[in-house]
Parts: sequence; C-alpha cells; structure tokens
Amino acid sequence: MATVTEPPVESFRLSMLLNDTRYRGYTFQFIALLLLVFAIAWLGQNLIQNLQAAGLDISWTFLGEPAGYDINQTLIPYTSQSTHLQAAWVGVLNTLLVAFMGCVTATVIGVIAGVLRLSNNWLIAKLMSAYVEAFRNVPVLIWILIISTIVTLLPAPRAYRGETPDVEMLFGAIAYTNRGVYIPAPVWGPGSSVVVITFLLSIVAMFAYRRYAKTLLYSTGRLLPTFWPSIGIFFLPAIVMFFIMGQPISLDYPALQGFNFQGGIQLQRPLIALWLALSIYTGAFIAENVRAGIQAVSKGQTEAAGSLGMRPNRIMSLVVLPQALRVIVPPLISQYLNITKNSSLAIAVGYADITATLGGITLNQTGRAIECILLLMLFYLVISLCISAIMNVYNNAVKLKER
Amino acid sequence: MADGAAEKSVANQEEVNMKKSVILGAVTIASLSAGAAVAGTLDDVKARGKLNCGVTTGLVGFAAPDANGEWEGFDVAVCRAVATAVLGDPTAVEFVPTTGKTRFTALASGEIDMLARNTTWTFSRDVDLKFEFVGINYYDGQGFMVPKELGVTSAKDLDGATVCIQTGTTTELNLADFFRANNISYEPVPIETNAEAQPLYLDGACDVYTTDASGLAATRAAFENPADHVVLPEIISKEPLGPLVRHGDHEWGDVVRWSLNSMIAAEELGVTSVNVAELAGGTDNPEINRLLGTEGTLGEMLGLEADWAKNIIMNIGNYGEVFESNIGEATPIGLARGLNAQWTDGGLLYSPPFR
Ligand SMILES: N[C@@H](CCC(=O)N[C@@H](CS)C(=O)NCC(=O)O)C(=O)O
Repeated sequence: MATVTEPPVESFRLSMLLNDTRYRGYTFQFIALLLLVFAIAWLGQNLIQNLQAAGLDISWTFLGEPAGYDINQTLIPYTSQSTHLQAAWVGVLNTLLVAFMGCVTATVIGVIAGVLRLSNNWLIAKLMSAYVEAFRNVPVLIWILIISTIVTLLPAPRAYRGETPDVEMLFGAIAYTNRGVYIPAPVWGPGSSVVVITFLLSIVAMFAYRRYAKTLLYSTGRLLPTFWPSIGIFFLPAIVMFFIMGQPISLDYPALQGFNFQGGIQLQRPLIALWLALSIYTGAFIAENVRAGIQAVSKGQTEAAGSLGMRPNRIMSLVVLPQALRVIVPPLISQYLNITKNSSLAIAVGYADITATLGGITLNQTGRAIECILLLMLFYLVISLCISAIMNVYNNAVKLKER
Repeated sequence: MADGAAEKSVANQEEVNMKKSVILGAVTIASLSAGAAVAGTLDDVKARGKLNCGVTTGLVGFAAPDANGEWEGFDVAVCRAVATAVLGDPTAVEFVPTTGKTRFTALASGEIDMLARNTTWTFSRDVDLKFEFVGINYYDGQGFMVPKELGVTSAKDLDGATVCIQTGTTTELNLADFFRANNISYEPVPIETNAEAQPLYLDGACDVYTTDASGLAATRAAFENPADHVVLPEIISKEPLGPLVRHGDHEWGDVVRWSLNSMIAAEELGVTSVNVAELAGGTDNPEINRLLGTEGTLGEMLGLEADWAKNIIMNIGNYGEVFESNIGEATPIGLARGLNAQWTDGGLLYSPPFR
C-alpha cells in the first residue's frame, strides 16, 4: 500500500537558487536580464562618449528651425518657412494617408481575390492564382517603380491644351496626366452641413435596420430583405435632403490653367504609384490569408448549411466567413503593419512621407542623423503598436467565444 | 618636435575613427569602440594603393563612365589628380557614385576618402556637417531649363509650374527661397539622381528642371534635341563647387587642396601636359621649378614624391586643359570659361603661390 507522505515544508535556502530546478530558471533569467541591461548601458555609454569626442551633441533645436524646403503634398498648412517639426508632421500625415488607403484597398482586393480563387469556375480560379503568384513574388519596390513608370506614360498636361487638344478629359471631369489624376472636388455651400448630417444619420439608420432584421431572424425566424433596403436607406434621405436644401453641394472641376490643372482634387503620381503598388502587392498576400481562412472551416459546415437549404452566397457570408475571420485576422494584422512599413519605399518615387521629409531632406540638410533616425524609429514603432492594438481589439471581438 | 607631430597625428586619426563609428552608431545605435587606431587618410590611401573618390552617379562632362566603363570628366580629373599625386597612378582610383543625399554620409563614414561631386561650399556644410572644402574648381550658380515650346522667357513667369529638383541639394533650398521671394508658387518633384530627372522632364512630367547651370548644360547636351530647350537667363544663387574631405585630417586636406591648386597654378604659369617634361628639366622661373619639384622640398612637406605635381600635369593636364577637354566650348556641353578663367584673364581662379 502506498502511503502518501506530506513533503516536509522546506524553508527557502539561498543555495536552492542554483541547486533547485524550481528556482534555477529564475536565477538564469535574472542573470541574463542583468547582462542585457549592462550591454545596453555599455552601448549607450559608448555612443555618448564617441559623440562627445567627435564634437557631436544630441540636440533637438533643429526641429524648431525653418525647414527651407517645399513639399508637394501637404495635408496641413506648410510653407518653406515652417519648421522641420512641421515638415515631419506633414510626412507623418502623408504616411498615414497612404497606409490607410493601402490597407483599405488591399483588404478589398485580397478578400475578393481570395474568395474567387476558390471559385468553381476554372478560369476565374486560375486568373486569381496567377494574380497572387505574380504579385507576391515580385518585390514591392519593383511594383512601385512599374506603376510610377506607367503613370509617366500618360499624356502631359500640355496635351490638353489648344483648340483641338490631343486628349480630352474623361467625362469632361477627370484629367489623367503624367503628373497625376485630377478629379472634381466637392464645394460645400451653405446648408450642406444638413445634407452631410442627414447622410451620417442614414448610415446609423442602415445599421440599426440590419441589426433589427438580424434579431427578428434569430427570434422569430422571419427573414427581412436587407440588401435593397440598406441601399435605399443609405442613399435616399441624403439625396432628397440635397434637393430640399437647394443643391448646396457643387463640384469644382479641374481645369487647365497655366502650367498645370488647377482646382479639383489632385492625386499625384507618387501617391498613385505607392498606393496602387502597396494595395495589389499586399492584396495578394491577404488573398492567401483569406483562402487559408476559408479552407480552415471544415467542409461539413458548408454541407450542413447546404442541406438546410441555404444558398451559396448566404453560406459564405453567414456560415463560412464569420468562422474564417478567426483565422484571417491575426495574419491580416501583420499585413497592415507591412503596408505601413513598406510605405517608406515612398522615397523611390518622391512621395513626401515621413521617411522622405524627416528621414530624408531634413536629415540631409541639417546633418542630424541620429536624432532624425531615432524619431523615425519611434514613429514607426508607435504606429505599428497602435495598429496591432486596434486589430487585437477586433480580433477579440470575432474570435471564438468560449463560455 | 617629432613626438609632438606624432601625437598630433594620432589625435587626428582618433578623431577620424570616432567619426566613422559615429555614423555607424547613428544607424545601428550600437557604436562599438573604434578598435585600434589606424593611420591617417594619406597613409590609408598609400597602404591601400587606391583612392576611394566619391563622384556623381553620372553627369556627362563632370563625372560619367565612358563606353569602356572608364570614368571621365571634370570632377573625375580631380580624383585622378589626387591619385597621381599620392600613388603616381591616375588609374588607381575607385570611383564611388553618390547621390545628392548619400554623398555626405559616404564621406563622413569613411567610405570615400574625398568627394568631388559638384558640391557647393556652404557655411553649414563646412561648419555644421564638419567637412573641409579644399578649394573651388568651378564657380557656378543655379539656373532653370524649360522646353522652348512653353514660350517662357524668365524664371519669374514660372508661377504654378511643376519643377524637378534633386533632393539633398542646395538647389532645393534656393528654389524655395526664389519662389517665396518672388511670391509665386510651384510644385516640387523631388528626385534622387540626374538620370531620373531626365525622362520626367522630357516626358513633361515636370515643366522645369533646375540645378547648377553647369549641370543644366551637361544635361541638355545629352538630350536628343538640345536646341528644343532653353536655359533661362536668371541665375538665382552662388554655387562655388569644389572637392571636400572630412574635418580634422589636415594633412590629407592639404594633399587634395594642393593637387587642385597645382593644376590651376600650372595653367597660370603656362605649364601644360605637352611642355611639362621639357620644363621639368629646369627653367629660370623659380615658381615653375618649385611646382615641378626641381627646386625646394614642397613634395616632401606634403609627404609626397618631389615630382607629384609634375605627374599630375603630365597625366591629367593643367586646369585649362581639363576644362577644355571635358566641358569647354569645343565639347557638346560648350561651357565658356567665364568666372572660371584665370584671375589674370578677368576670372576668379587664383591659386596661392607655390612657395
Ligand atoms: N551644387 C548643388 C547641387 C549638386 C547636384 O546635385 N548636381 C546635380 C546636377 S548638376 C548632379 O550632379 N547630379 C548627378 C547625379 O545625379 O548623380 C549641391 O551641392 O547641393
């Protein structure tokens, strides 16, 4: 008969830090930590000493001095007399702009391509495979340069000039030139805010309706149509309000004036090249994530839903995708991070992102390499952590709820 | 005395080494100590048997590889002159192409021993970036080039134009100043190299290309139809272009400075690649004799052979010869001497005496 003897309660002895396997791990981790701290301190000390010896001091005053250079795409007020700090902010916003646009389009492209790659239609499936393989396997820098070159092949603004111009504007409203694409810009007249608010409210209403339809479906089993009503709620009230308020929003069309098109919204060549390249390149990766996610949902789910009489579209959107999202979202986070970091290739086409302003011209003109690179690292770190945090919140929302 | 000099040069060397590690540190934030002290740049180059010289990525007439891949040009000649003075061999040069942006890092980090890349001598580059401009080999100013068909006759008519500029240059800053001072607007298209700018300008993606006037002439000369483009009359800045080295290594700075001066002085004294061999036999002009090493110990003072300058002029030519063969009026670039004539001809070139 086995007797279970209580282990004697040992008092902690210092030697246990080395001899006792329970504590030994901590000891070594602690030693490793100390070494790491010392190593970092030594490197830091060395840096400071060498900087001093070379007569280089770390100083941030240059950020307050006039930058002296102009930037071609500024989302906030900026002139060459603005400070280097302001130039850095211009760069930050440009980075965020192209990263945001890239994430949105890459996701749309990726989801469509990923779903279609699993299509039963042989041609479509093969086309999507070709897209994924072609774009995933060529470096994004090459894509940026290719697209930039394609845009340069568009007609120059001067081709639009004269009595019988060589090129006409698209629909009389859109001008595509080798400097970029010009589209009409909205002009907000008095009363336009009412229209905008109506529009925002109808978006809220649309979601409320869909939610209502869902609860109704779950509680009573009655299926309300959602697609057309959603579209209706989305557009109609704003359009009606637009006419009630006497058409307060008008369009400012781009027009050739002097050397360039003036008016409208300009999407410059660098922005277009960077945005499209990042989108189609990363879209190919996202397509693979989506495909993996869908294939991770067991076939039995689809068959079960099919045997309940659901149509293929509904099976995809109600049964497969919600489960696939759990597999798709984590790698999606890293694709978003990739887009943001890859946007620093902007410099290849002269897009004024943070790497081009702070890490490029400012660094070069002031010679403050260490300060600029530190700031740059800090920026990318903060942005990456923010994207991770936001996407993790979303991931928690869609992940399997274990009760 | 000898000890003092040795100590001084050790201090210099350390300074240089420190600087190398600082740049590394800037990128990796892990600047390990510079290791054992090595010799100054002059000794480095002698030991290596090759001069690392930073040039442009390609600007015909100033620095560009020819059909056989041999670098040639006005700035290249300065590199070759220094290599000749130090190593006795004009081909002992490793040419390192640099862009407007990478050139200073390349020099500060020690990747190159000297930079000869139509670089403007400015206060902040000299004082703040800690470089030493050893002289001026071309007095220049910033200009504008536009296609003739635009019908523009003055830079002040450029309101709203799209302008191609090389980033990391003084061009970029002058341009902003000029347009602001004249209260007109423009859209900058920043590019890295001259080669990138050409197709953008020719396809009309920019209306205007602006850079140093000499660079404009060189760029235009490479066009299929140079006559379709005009350089506007305004020169909006002073761009004294010259070779530079790192701050602190004065012995090396002296070598580069006097290599350049020897070519300028040679032209003033009438020494050419053709007559130098004969003149090196001895003349009754003591300055020529000192220059060519038949009198005095100037070479020794620099730590070079006595015939260092004679070799330069024999292999490379004097300033005027280099100018005429690379960018002068007989070449497609067709630059007149203008400010770059000898002071005796009403220009600004003036070498301090060889004495
Ligand atoms: N002198 C100015 C501008 C120098 C510059 O970038 N020049 C152009 C055109 S003249 C050049 O050399 N380009 C050759 C290349 O792209 O490598 C400076 O020092 O900042």
